[in-house]
Amino acid sequence: MTPLIELKHVYRHFEVNRQRLPVLQDINLSIAANEIVCLVGESGCGKTTTGKILAGLLGPSSGEVLIEGRPRASYTGREAALLRRALQIVHQDPFASINPAHTIGQILGFPLQRHGMVRSRAELRRRIWELLTLVDLTPPGDIVNKFPHQLSGGQRQRVSIARVLTVNPRLIVADEAVSMVDVSIRIGILKMLHRLREQLNLSIVFITHDLALAKYFAWDGRIAVMYLGRIVEIGRTPDVIAHPAHPYTRALLAAVPEADPELTRHKQHLELRSEDIPRLTEIPPGCAFHPRCPFFVPGVCDTRVPPLEPPPDYNQLAACIPLVETGRLIPYTERVNPDGR
Amino acid sequence: MPNDVVVSVRDLSVSYLARRGRVRAVNRASFDLHAGETLALIGESGCGKSTLNLALIRQLPKNATIDSGSILYTRRDKSVVDVLKLNKAELRRFLWSEFAMVFQGALNSLNPVIRVSDMVYDTAAAHGLNKAAAEKRALHLFEKVRLDPYRVFRAYPHELSGGMRQRVLLAMSLLLQPQVVIMDEPTTAVDILTQRSILDVLQTLREELNFSVIFISHDLAVAAEIADTIATMYAGDIVEVGPVNEVFYRPRHAYTLALLNAAPRLSAGAEELYSIPGSPPDLIHPPPGCKFHPRCTFATEVCRTVLPPLVAAEAGHQVACHHTDDVVTAYRKVSRA
Repeated sequence: MTPLIELKHVYRHFEVNRQRLPVLQDINLSIAANEIVCLVGESGCGKTTTGKILAGLLGPSSGEVLIEGRPRASYTGREAALLRRALQIVHQDPFASINPAHTIGQILGFPLQRHGMVRSRAELRRRIWELLTLVDLTPPGDIVNKFPHQLSGGQRQRVSIARVLTVNPRLIVADEAVSMVDVSIRIGILKMLHRLREQLNLSIVFITHDLALAKYFAWDGRIAVMYLGRIVEIGRTPDVIAHPAHPYTRALLAAVPEADPELTRHKQHLELRSEDIPRLTEIPPGCAFHPRCPFFVPGVCDTRVPPLEPPPDYNQLAACIPLVETGRLIPYTERVNPDGR
Repeated sequence: MPNDVVVSVRDLSVSYLARRGRVRAVNRASFDLHAGETLALIGESGCGKSTLNLALIRQLPKNATIDSGSILYTRRDKSVVDVLKLNKAELRRFLWSEFAMVFQGALNSLNPVIRVSDMVYDTAAAHGLNKAAAEKRALHLFEKVRLDPYRVFRAYPHELSGGMRQRVLLAMSLLLQPQVVIMDEPTTAVDILTQRSILDVLQTLREELNFSVIFISHDLAVAAEIADTIATMYAGDIVEVGPVNEVFYRPRHAYTLALLNAAPRLSAGAEELYSIPGSPPDLIHPPPGCKFHPRCTFATEVCRTVLPPLVAAEAGHQVACHHTDDVVTAYRKVSRA
């Protein structure tokens, strides 16, 4: 089946202080209709830039964005307008992304009218009611005349989700959409996103730095782990979480504390060779993770850029040459000092 | 535990004066912190955990008042200090040397225009420590927190990464060998691997220097890893206190249970999680009775009228809930393998 949206060899750089920052390098990612994909990684790994390119807020510096198999540029006129509606993004901070001077009714009403989604006042009202009900802000009558500051953080985030639903999107990019919301309320919003995905046949790209949350949300979907502008591992969530392949994914998963005292205190951590994340202006040659990788193979990892391939005995793809070629990883310390001396 | 109490807080209440009325941010909080103990205060935004800590170090904003209670601090020589009665000069000497703090967002806590070395010298000068001794200790601590001591000592804050800055702060907080370090969400705005290095470093420092920590966090996982004791706060009240394993494996307050049921676990496979309905109450007009009752699945008539006091339960546990037994049973039912 043709994916809803596909990134092919996407590169993106930014010019900052006359320096060229390669934020994304050779991103290949396809998202099917009704699919959930999580992008995880640390700050600066390019997950937000990828999300913005998917949502159409940014273009790639090179590479292709295909929508239902056709290049984005081939969508013009009315088609382009429909496309813009189809791809939507929900931002992290609902305080910043919603106009504080407008009522919730206005916030939802503007896009409905601007995009001609409704034909009469009555229909507008009915649609606003419907949207508020969809995001569990009920009874809508209590909410519609309120201003954002009169709502809690969780309710505000529901309003920003309702707002992207005004234009009947096909894909929602949720960029750290529950990071600012309290623990007790987060799960409610995630469950709602799951329900909306079913009800409205949405695809969701969920961007987060929280691996436990990614695991929970994308259990039926896929996870892509990013490091310094590249996807280093991608696969079905249970595979990636239970059997991480790439050394970086292994390090991340091993580093996460767990809400279980015995488990978290006995967790084996994976010691990196360096704690410094390289700057984007000085991305190491070969595999960008090699200066920190505990399984570094000199002469291989520092010279060849690893492609995303299936390692033997894994169901996912990983960008790690030693693992893909030999099926196992040997700690660097054993390699340089085989007798353990 | 006898006689090794370092900080003893009793009936501490703090409120803020707002335009709409008085915000009761902390209500009659009582707890003891023992030597070498790490106490994690967990709760959601607005539960009063940061206010409680600002009160401990007397750094509350101007519109806040301490309405009642006492904070007693026992020095190493066993003399007792009434923290609320310290005057300005005494307080200045007291902080850093007895009570130190590490805040969230390391960039805000470091002066951007002076070198780390000058911050060390300034701190030393303010507390009558000589320059050479301060430098020696700072270098030692920087090494302990896995930094390149000489490089960091000469650096300006902007030359250090976020994780390095946070470790500098951690090291600086220990410069004057305080007995207590307060940490307000020290790993909240950092990446996973940075968080890991901060947690590991903290563990090493605690083993070597044996100070007590009051750790404020909304992150149950971090609390599970580093705390000896957990105190759950809700709407300004301490609702449950207990040893970490007790609280995580045998929660007795409905709110703690609800928090645990909302926390995803990486290693748990497919799991069912539950959010807590509603949102935290308005602290100007909190609900009567137990403040959690409007959101609580166990609530009955008594919860709506009577505020449950914090009382001792088994195994060093203290809890303020009318339905402790139901909570314990409910937890067993959904208990994970």
